[in-house]
Amino acid sequence: MTQLPPPSAKKLGLVIDLDTCVGCHACVVSCKGWNTENYGAPLSDQDAYGANPSGTFLNRVHSYEVQPDQGEAQLIHFPKSCLHCEDAPCVTVCPTGASYKRAEDGIVLVNESDCIGCGLCAWACPYGARELDAKEGVMKKCTLCVDRIYNENLPEEDRQPACVRTCPAGARHFGDLGDENSDVSKLVAERGGFDLMPEQGTKPVNKYLPPRPKDEMPEFDILAPYLEPIASDGKGFVGWLDKALSSLPGGAK
Amino acid sequence: MHPAASVILFNTFSGLGFGLLFWLGMGALVPTGTSAFIWFAIAYVLAVGGLIASTFHLGHPERAIKAFSQWKTSWLSREGICAVFALVMMAVYGAGLVFAGTQLALLGIIGGIASLGVVFTTSMIYAQMKTVPRWRHWTTPAMYLLLSIGGGALLSGQVRIAAVLFIASGILQIFAWASGDTRFKSSGTNMETATGLGHIGKVRAFEPPHTGTNYLMREFIHQVGRKHADQLRIITIGLAFVLPVVLLLLPFSHTLAALAVLSHIAGVLTLRWLFFAQAEHVVGLYYGKR
Repeated sequence: MTQLPPPSAKKLGLVIDLDTCVGCHACVVSCKGWNTENYGAPLSDQDAYGANPSGTFLNRVHSYEVQPDQGEAQLIHFPKSCLHCEDAPCVTVCPTGASYKRAEDGIVLVNESDCIGCGLCAWACPYGARELDAKEGVMKKCTLCVDRIYNENLPEEDRQPACVRTCPAGARHFGDLGDENSDVSKLVAERGGFDLMPEQGTKPVNKYLPPRPKDEMPEFDILAPYLEPIASDGKGFVGWLDKALSSLPGGAK
Repeated sequence: MHPAASVILFNTFSGLGFGLLFWLGMGALVPTGTSAFIWFAIAYVLAVGGLIASTFHLGHPERAIKAFSQWKTSWLSREGICAVFALVMMAVYGAGLVFAGTQLALLGIIGGIASLGVVFTTSMIYAQMKTVPRWRHWTTPAMYLLLSIGGGALLSGQVRIAAVLFIASGILQIFAWASGDTRFKSSGTNMETATGLGHIGKVRAFEPPHTGTNYLMREFIHQVGRKHADQLRIITIGLAFVLPVVLLLLPFSHTLAALAVLSHIAGVLTLRWLFFAQAEHVVGLYYGKR
């Protein structure tokens, strides 16, 4: 049924630390690897080694430049996958009931044998978390590695989403965001975790932790000011050189 | 949004077909026998042909039957149910006229209203999308309904009603464009809310997640067509509304009426193309594009 279940007590999701992410895309690769070989239709590629490669991914890492009013710009790597929203608009638009949100832990999944590939759920998602697989004709999305997290055949340390398990920087955290006392909830409270596009009213479960402010560059060389290559005050040897060269024919003013 | 040919054809021709079925059901014209057969055949070819075209964009059209199940929440599901109901009602009503020469008036009215219901539920698929601010407005269903009733009036030969509805459609469309142009900006969704990084400063997309393209960019980011949007808007208004009205006001002839129909269809195809090509999905913000 594509009616949303009542909010679950357990809300499994990810916390992504934008301060720590180094933009290595390891989570993208491990996600594609796990989800191609396991649950559901494989994530296909088209023209993978040709001139115009394209493929299905459940997790992608963007990079943004943020320019504060004063100071240096910051480069922020920004992994993005399904946020397993509480008010998931992708679920209610589905005409077949293929798209659903689990009542027990809040994971949003697609029953691929019911999916007609109409694409409406991808239209309804503001985050671009769903991609229609070009080969299989069904909608693919992050499953929160539902086939890992409860899998008792795996060693306990592997019972977390592939992206979290693989992240070399420790920028991804998995847990129950419905439990105030869970590690992820505490992390969100401590670091001021936020929602993406809160105005869309989707109530995402996944949270993002903001980058910390950039450090001030310390003055480490006391001679540096004397070696300034540009004479901003027009005095001294460099100032004279600047004026002299400017007065030559064709000299830069 | 990507202007998929199958969806544009569906919206245009099914809209016309259900508009004609509306007028037939309402008893605006009550043909019998062979002439009734021809009228209903035209309406069904348009309405059903459009519906079939719409299944071409599905990944698994063979599972389409499952789409009738989620009417409680899904406008697409409601549209499917409404379409089947309207087509069955109108088929019975049409059969009465064709084979028995009797008008089952109540059935016609129910079928006629259900035909508009199909158009309305279609329009709500778009109008419900919070992710596409241009569509999320009352003008979306209003325009769909007006176009369908107007096109149906033209096909059913109700010249005066068609002319009045076309003038109203033209005015409403211009309003819908003008108000839609600012809606993305006023929706409050921008790169700063999308990334949550607005508290630091101005956000700029530095590097996309991949060197090539992907499903999201093909489906939701369509910039090429917008370059000529102004010219296309003028062409739309001219072909869909102004020229047909002029042709209808001239002394009646079948050639002029046929020209009016062709011009209207060409105009509505352009209008529908713009409806998709100009609509911006918020996911484009993650790519620094609209």
